[in-house]
Amino acid sequence: MTRYIIRRILQGIPLVFLVSLVLFIMMQNMGDPLATMGGRSVTRKEDRARLSRQLGLDQPVLVQYFYWLVGNDFVKIDIDGDGTPETYGTRKGVLRGDFGTSLVAREPAMEVILSRLPNTLILMLTSEFVVIFGALLIGVYSALKQYSLLDNIVTTFSFVGYSMPIFFLALSLMYIFAVNFKRWGLPYLPTVGMYDPQVGDTPAQVLIHMVLPVVTIAVNSFSAYSRYIRSTMLEALGQDYIRTARAKGLPKREIVFIHALKNASLPIVTIVGLDLPFLLGGALVTERIFAWPGMGRLFIDHVSRGDTPVVMGIMVLIAISVVVFQILTDIVYAWLDPRIRYS
Amino acid sequence: METHKLIEVKDLETQFHTPEGIVYAVNGISFFVHEGETLAVVGESGCGKSVTMLSFLRLIPTPPGEIVSGQALYREKDLLRISEDEMEHIRGKEIAMIFQDPMTSLNPVLTIGRQITEPLHTHLGLNKAEARDRAIKLLLDVGIPDAARRLNDYPHQFSGGMRQRVMIAMALACAPSLLIADEPTTALDVTIQAQIIELVAHIRQHMNMAVIWITHDLGVVAGMADRVMVMYAGFVVEEAHVEELYDNPRHPYTHALLSALPRVDRRRDSRLKSIPGAPPNLLVKPHGCPFAPRCEHTIERCGNENPPLQKVAPEHFAACWVDVRTGAPK
Repeated sequence: MTRYIIRRILQGIPLVFLVSLVLFIMMQNMGDPLATMGGRSVTRKEDRARLSRQLGLDQPVLVQYFYWLVGNDFVKIDIDGDGTPETYGTRKGVLRGDFGTSLVAREPAMEVILSRLPNTLILMLTSEFVVIFGALLIGVYSALKQYSLLDNIVTTFSFVGYSMPIFFLALSLMYIFAVNFKRWGLPYLPTVGMYDPQVGDTPAQVLIHMVLPVVTIAVNSFSAYSRYIRSTMLEALGQDYIRTARAKGLPKREIVFIHALKNASLPIVTIVGLDLPFLLGGALVTERIFAWPGMGRLFIDHVSRGDTPVVMGIMVLIAISVVVFQILTDIVYAWLDPRIRYS
Repeated sequence: METHKLIEVKDLETQFHTPEGIVYAVNGISFFVHEGETLAVVGESGCGKSVTMLSFLRLIPTPPGEIVSGQALYREKDLLRISEDEMEHIRGKEIAMIFQDPMTSLNPVLTIGRQITEPLHTHLGLNKAEARDRAIKLLLDVGIPDAARRLNDYPHQFSGGMRQRVMIAMALACAPSLLIADEPTTALDVTIQAQIIELVAHIRQHMNMAVIWITHDLGVVAGMADRVMVMYAGFVVEEAHVEELYDNPRHPYTHALLSALPRVDRRRDSRLKSIPGAPPNLLVKPHGCPFAPRCEHTIERCGNENPPLQKVAPEHFAACWVDVRTGAPK
């Protein structure tokens, strides 16, 4: 098992390099960073040339990638444009923990990202928890009472929830629980940000601001998860060993939650394992609509301005966590199903 | 032999509602088992043997299954009327069941130890150490060596025969008064089959436990059963003591089954007799005798009226309009 994990980690490393290279090349077509650096005013021609030399944008893309990866403090670059490189570069490279400086924020890219990460995690982990817990309850119930009234109602709402575009759901929720509730004189929910600046960054404020975004994110995944759990539970409940467990006179909850659910949980672990790393990336649409200062908004804001250091930082984080969660999923598999042994 | 009836099933009728229509699986079956007695239930696949047993244990999935009518009196309690809670105390504790396929009947993700000790916790209230000790003893009783270590193993680490032994150990955990064995040897090698049959026969004697042994193998029946019940298309067609049934079969179906049995004392070049035709379609409620289309003694009455189970000799019942010994109507 330990050897297997080490092997998987070693396999994951070249994968992350490959992914980062592909993404880096794609970033070259994501707009002109120099154009956005001047802010509202148009960047002057001589500034463009100087910045481009300073940032290394005049180099071929593979060289740029190389500098991004290992830094350029060991090569001289030509900043004044006289044709002779005279100054050593300042970048240390990703391998030494330097993701570069955000072209937009003018701060270290990783600092920009890490300042947003907690906001996204609190939102996404809450949603994921609501989704998994709720979907387990509903999925198991639906499997036990297949074709009952509640099962049919849940089925209907699942399809509606799954097919509803997120932006539409988000706006509808806002319209009902913020706009109309306020108009009707009812207690209403806030629609933007993480807290009311006049009250301050208190847990109660964050909690109440989180309600609508969490619901928006949860509805979609909840529909998918609960359908999935329902079908894997139905399959498990139809197995011979469930009949054996019933013939032994075991209480129903033991049959359902131990004998059936442990078998049914394997495919569920798969989708959760695939979904979890992407929580880091935040919810692009939801964060945008609710002005939640998370990773999703950061990504959109910076990708549209060609801010390679920040965008690559986010991407590499996600790529690494995909690899890590894949290995974790495999470990959970072996723990859940003794027939799975890695060698 | 004690004459006290341990379980008596009366007029049991079970149907399945399927998209193709109603499947008439069990059509008004009555039988009983004395304490300590072994009853063999014989019949082709799909004749309702297993469904009968699963019905009175209330293990039929409902829907699509439905127990339409009947009684199942176990020690003065009607198993079809008591609450699900009461039933849980009977299943596994008083009436235990082992199944056909030991490969799928054990939970693949739980240890053998856990699966054997579960009923001990549930029914006997044993604590962890007591249950473990008893589980080791049970495994040794069914012939699993090195039992203490094997408790931590999972089903896939056992062979088919060993798994069936585990199933038996599990069923015996609470010393039930009735063991229902649903074709427990069908999925096993012939040599292992003999071992399992011997094991159950031994344990039955040892524990004075009644056994209902479901099988389609008449050869197995002869060695271990006290009485035999032959089923066809959800009906009981003949019932008698085992020697009586072999010596003097009174239903054409039993007769045909016995003729289809290979025998070592028969000439080598004689062909085995088979029963012509196929088992009936259970989607159609039979009008007359369900066996009539495949029977060689058919008379006119067979197509119109289903013969009831009648006494043909002391403690010997058969459902046929014809006397198979002469071929003449009764």
